[in-house]
Amino acid sequence: MSAPAAEATAPRRSGTVRRFLTNPQAVLSCLVLLVIAGLVLFAPLVTQHDPNAAELSDAFGPPGGGHPLGFDSAGRDVWARLLYGGRNTLGGAALAVAVALVIGVPTGLAAGYHGGWFDSLASWWVNLVMALPAMVVLLASRAVLGSTVWVLMVVLGVLVAPSFFRLVRGTVAGMRGEPYVDAARVFGLRDSRIIARHVLVVVRAPIIIQVALVAGMAIGLQAGLEFLGIGSGSLPTWGAMLNEAFANIHREPLLMLWPGLALGVTSAALVLLASALRDVLEDRGTGPVTGRRARRAAADPPTTLEEAGERADLLSVRDLAVAYTLSDGTSTEVVHGVDLDVRRGEALGLVGQSGSGKTQTAFSVLGLLPEGGRVSRGSVLLDGTEVVGAAERTLRGLRGDTVAYVPQEPMSNLDPAFTVGDHLTEPLRSKLGLSRARARERALELLRQVEIPDPARVMASYPHQISGGMAQRVLIAGAISCDPDLLIADEPTTALDVTVQAEVLALLRGLQEERGMGVLLVTHNLGVVADLCDRVAVMREGRIVEVGATADLLTGPRDPYTRELLDAVLDDAPARAPWRPREVGTR
Amino acid sequence: MTGTSQDGRSGTAFPSGPSDPTDGSGTARTHVADRDALLDVRDLRVSYPGRGWRAPRVRVLDGVSLWIRPGETLGLVGESGSGKSTIGRAVLGLVPVAGGTITFDGERVDNASRRRRRELSRDVQVVFQDPYTSLNPSLLIGDTLAEPLLAQGVSAREARGTVADLLDRVALPRDTVHRLPREFSGGQRQRVAIARALAISPRLIVCDEPVSALDLTTQRTVMDLLTDIQERTGVAYLFVSHDLSVVRAVSHRVAVIHRGAIVESGDADTVTREPEHPYTQRLLLSAPVADPDRQRERRAEYERRFHADAS
Repeated sequence: MSAPAAEATAPRRSGTVRRFLTNPQAVLSCLVLLVIAGLVLFAPLVTQHDPNAAELSDAFGPPGGGHPLGFDSAGRDVWARLLYGGRNTLGGAALAVAVALVIGVPTGLAAGYHGGWFDSLASWWVNLVMALPAMVVLLASRAVLGSTVWVLMVVLGVLVAPSFFRLVRGTVAGMRGEPYVDAARVFGLRDSRIIARHVLVVVRAPIIIQVALVAGMAIGLQAGLEFLGIGSGSLPTWGAMLNEAFANIHREPLLMLWPGLALGVTSAALVLLASALRDVLEDRGTGPVTGRRARRAAADPPTTLEEAGERADLLSVRDLAVAYTLSDGTSTEVVHGVDLDVRRGEALGLVGQSGSGKTQTAFSVLGLLPEGGRVSRGSVLLDGTEVVGAAERTLRGLRGDTVAYVPQEPMSNLDPAFTVGDHLTEPLRSKLGLSRARARERALELLRQVEIPDPARVMASYPHQISGGMAQRVLIAGAISCDPDLLIADEPTTALDVTVQAEVLALLRGLQEERGMGVLLVTHNLGVVADLCDRVAVMREGRIVEVGATADLLTGPRDPYTRELLDAVLDDAPARAPWRPREVGTR
Repeated sequence: MTGTSQDGRSGTAFPSGPSDPTDGSGTARTHVADRDALLDVRDLRVSYPGRGWRAPRVRVLDGVSLWIRPGETLGLVGESGSGKSTIGRAVLGLVPVAGGTITFDGERVDNASRRRRRELSRDVQVVFQDPYTSLNPSLLIGDTLAEPLLAQGVSAREARGTVADLLDRVALPRDTVHRLPREFSGGQRQRVAIARALAISPRLIVCDEPVSALDLTTQRTVMDLLTDIQERTGVAYLFVSHDLSVVRAVSHRVAVIHRGAIVESGDADTVTREPEHPYTQRLLLSAPVADPDRQRERRAEYERRFHADAS
């Protein structure tokens, strides 16, 4: 069982092999299985005794003299029976797995890849098979088809095929819409080739894992049947040995041990191998340090530093550094000492490319860094309160009425199970302690403020019933519901169409002017900055390279990086010249 | 798909789009296009089944006509849901066509058989928007690049040589072949996707928002790369984007699509600087410019034009 699994991992990139070899559980369980398989396969070389040669005078004979485990109740050599019995037990399991693979994988591929009527029919059939109790069917098929272990294993294979079918179908259906499958189709690949090259690679790992699990299960079921005496008579198997030993448990209890041990060790090794393979193939390293440890690490005291200039009254960030703890325990710094100030009623744009640390900076202000991240140094004063190292309760007190947040992806930030009204009234009731009716009134008013035409209808809608632009308005309404002093907006219009973006920007500008709100706008779009912001900070690789008034910075950048960004803006790029026919002979 | 919709309307004049008054250059040239167009799409209609049993079909494209000459870039600009990507997918044969014709190099391809479609892939290729999902994460870059070559019956050895050339052309190091997509940034992955599209020297590449997922500076270099490749190889692009300024910089001509119909088309400079159709004007005015003074004017103009009648 282990041999095909180990082989199948070999053609993958060397990283997989290395991960396999450095995983002690995988290596150990694989080794155990290899030893068992080797002993069983080369049984004639390991022992000279015939497993069926009975010598009644030797019955229950003790070990010794070329019979390391002694004799059973009929005077047969236990060691030889164990080895030869393993051939039938393991071979039977292999047969069951092979049958299940042959039936389950191709049908799963076809159903997942093509969908349609075949998918419906096959899924219906599979559900039917899965509803059958395996043991009962096996017992019945033994009565009909005879008691050969091989036939029973084929039946078992058919019964467990659905587990492969469902696994493969689910994975394949999930990737059917992936652009790289479309791309392959455009390259003129036949469906069969697409399946072989793109689809099989993806389902390979889960199949290998499933094989190990199913093999363990098949061994167990088979042994169970034989133990009940429903095996194939004279053929030595581990289950049959258990059955015979059980009959004499009072006379010679040790006879139970050997087949039991063989079954137990094999099954355990298979299950452990399966779980180790999952780690190896699905590339799940140990996650970043999370939870309590991370939180405590985050509670470094804010560094007191000589005042680097005057600190703004609303938001003042000094020497902020953000570090992430990696899976190997080391940490890497992604933001290296950032200074930022937002005054009341001021809009500051934080500009940079992806990976520049602008979002990490914004999240630090909210005290909401993703798992594994922490503020490793610096100070963040929010309306006079230190955020770095503050208790969760203090932070919760600040969120909502001091600082609020508008995310990039409006849709994924609304829970599809709740209506817009639920989203809006919940914080009003818990944060401001309003009654249900008052909260509803206030929510309607908020929706009117964000210029939603039919607030009552939108209140009762679920997120999927409204457009992206509408969803962003709802989130803005939620953000301003507790009247914050500072609004942090992380790429608030990036996911929106340009005409919707214009509307949302107009809304943000109106709200900001009306309420005297400070805004920290994280964006990569310099046009958005020009539209909304009073000042701009340009970030690159975790550092702020330039800060200044929007007009000055955008028209006369001092830092070369800012200039590079501005040069990439296409506003004034010349349109391409009209097409002219190419000279003949160039292609 | 359904014969009724095709037959029932094939006799009528274009219901919208090309017959639009703004499309002066457009209607006249569909006939001219016969002779020298590489791709000629006429009155294309695509619909999807509606949700639920016996629900009416949702029309995505409603009589779209466009054409592209060899070595030319047609920029197709529109907002989400306008059907702009569907045109590209219909040209590639990834969605069924409900009506109209797609002609490539004088041959009708909208009804091509699967076998013919596979042969056509020699000439028509694609670059998708998202460089993260358009490359199979578990295939080495070398295998990904060799794939279209092998599919066209090139020997594995020849393919290796071509792949090395391709990487040179998109300015990626040659040892890239032994690495996996996840080791690369978005811009580098998009270079790989472009190299893959170029592998079998196609005559038309459908670029579906190829730079939208990229950073500003990366976006510029990828656009330059595409233009450069076009000058050298004479490949034609159908360049689909939501960004008027991107389309302006890479396209010879621009077509604006709104709710499944082309509302305006013409040479890039005219359409993107002095658009005639109100929808194009709205697109242009709603894109903010990175200059506070000009943006203030643009915003005022936008609000004067569109906000008054919106509220």
